[in-house]
Amino acid sequence: MASRAGKRGHGRREHRREAQLPLGETDAIEVNESSPVIIAFRGFQTQLDAKYDKHERLVKKSRDVTIQSKRIIFLLHRYVGSSNKEAVLKEAEQKLEEVEQSFIKQIALELQGEDVYLYLRAISPGLQEYVEALSFYHYLTTKSLITLPEVQSRLEFDLGSPCPEAEQTDADTTAAASASAGTPPVARVPLPTSEFMLGIADLTGELMRLAISSLGVGDAARPFELCGFMRAILDGFLTVGGAAASREVARKVATLRQSVHKVEAACYALRVRGSEMPSHRLADVFREAEPAAPDTEVM
Amino acid sequence: MEAARVTEVFCGFQKYIDSEQDKRDEVRQLVKDLEQSAREILAVMQIIHTDEGLKTISKVCEKARHHFETVRAQFAVLAACVPPSEYFRFNDHWRFVVQRLSFLAALIVYMESEMLITKEEAAAILGIKSSREAGFHLDLDDYLTSTLTLASELSRLAVNAVVAGDYSRPVRVASFVGDLANGFRLLNLKNDSLRKRCDALKYDVKKVEEVVYDLSIRGLRPADA
Repeated sequence: MASRAGKRGHGRREHRREAQLPLGETDAIEVNESSPVIIAFRGFQTQLDAKYDKHERLVKKSRDVTIQSKRIIFLLHRYVGSSNKEAVLKEAEQKLEEVEQSFIKQIALELQGEDVYLYLRAISPGLQEYVEALSFYHYLTTKSLITLPEVQSRLEFDLGSPCPEAEQTDADTTAAASASAGTPPVARVPLPTSEFMLGIADLTGELMRLAISSLGVGDAARPFELCGFMRAILDGFLTVGGAAASREVARKVATLRQSVHKVEAACYALRVRGSEMPSHRLADVFREAEPAAPDTEVM
Repeated sequence: MEAARVTEVFCGFQKYIDSEQDKRDEVRQLVKDLEQSAREILAVMQIIHTDEGLKTISKVCEKARHHFETVRAQFAVLAACVPPSEYFRFNDHWRFVVQRLSFLAALIVYMESEMLITKEEAAAILGIKSSREAGFHLDLDDYLTSTLTLASELSRLAVNAVVAGDYSRPVRVASFVGDLANGFRLLNLKNDSLRKRCDALKYDVKKVEEVVYDLSIRGLRPADA
């Protein structure tokens, strides 16, 4: 039964059903190669394989983006306790550039001439995590919210120089061909607004963690500052009607609301009890009071 | 200043959500029109399952083809409404009706010539492009799904042809559906709706083969088929 798939037995394909049609005779089946149906289906086979393979490659790259972005977020959390804040930010900036120039650029090359919405499900987790990391970094450096055009401008790649990544994906003739022909000098990952929204919703989870951990190092001003910023974002989501955008947004807005409550409680305690307790003790109070942080990541 | 930035970002979100909803409403309305046309064509083609219909196939097909003129005009409006780079953003809305119309086109072509419609032909009958690069197109998955629907319809036709006294048609249908099954065997399908639909093909093959078997065993199968 596994006869036909055996020929193309790459390990990666094992999850695909090997022979779709157990129609009795399998090995002995005579395929009339000159039949127009068979000829057409040979062509479809190539097209489908190319599409599925591209999807798989994008999923892999998206996963790499996710992993790297998570690392950047962890790094940025160290900013609070760090004595050399500049160095942390510098390292984060450098890592962001690395992610962009490696994996995200590869995604851009794969997407050249493609409809991004066809592959959105493959790259969505990576894009969101990247937006989260970038907007977190942006907040720490500028204390403001990053805009979509600002993110988008980082997702555009000048292809003036020959890019070795394109040649690696030998199976992908379209991307390699158009890259070497140099017809479009720019490759980009178009960032749909919906993905950007989800990334921003995730950012607030990080801000909440940042607010709580700043208590730990006796930074009494930061929680108030963060509280104001998070409220502004929550207000924004509530006025645009997050639920209207998608179920995913609605879920994240619910989490966001909880995060805001938590930070508000922290600010309250800071005001009321701040005078009678050394600030490092306050942090312990919150760590105990805080239930397991809701998991805002989507993986 | 910080608040202003947040407002700016959310103004963008608001615009996006509004325009998205408007676009979806527009698309939904146009798809509704297409669905109506599809139902009309389906009603026309159902006649092939009757004794009378089998005798007037060419007339039935001609009538159905005539209806496709409306479909082509409707697709032209829909295509104009969807930016080429956003086909797959709204694709869920029209996926089903495209599959249905592509199936009807395939049925017409089969009844006329007993051949499998090509993807290019199907796209031309629907009045859309056959490749993604050219614009609003017939997606390969949808075309393939429609050929599977054709197989189901033909398995029903095989039964009804016998009822109408046509004993050679089931044999030809069996060979056609068998060919199609061989074609699908070449594809490495992913675990998606096409795969599920394709898994059902074997039942259609079985149904037609049973009809042929019944005819053969009773000596009703024509010698030349």
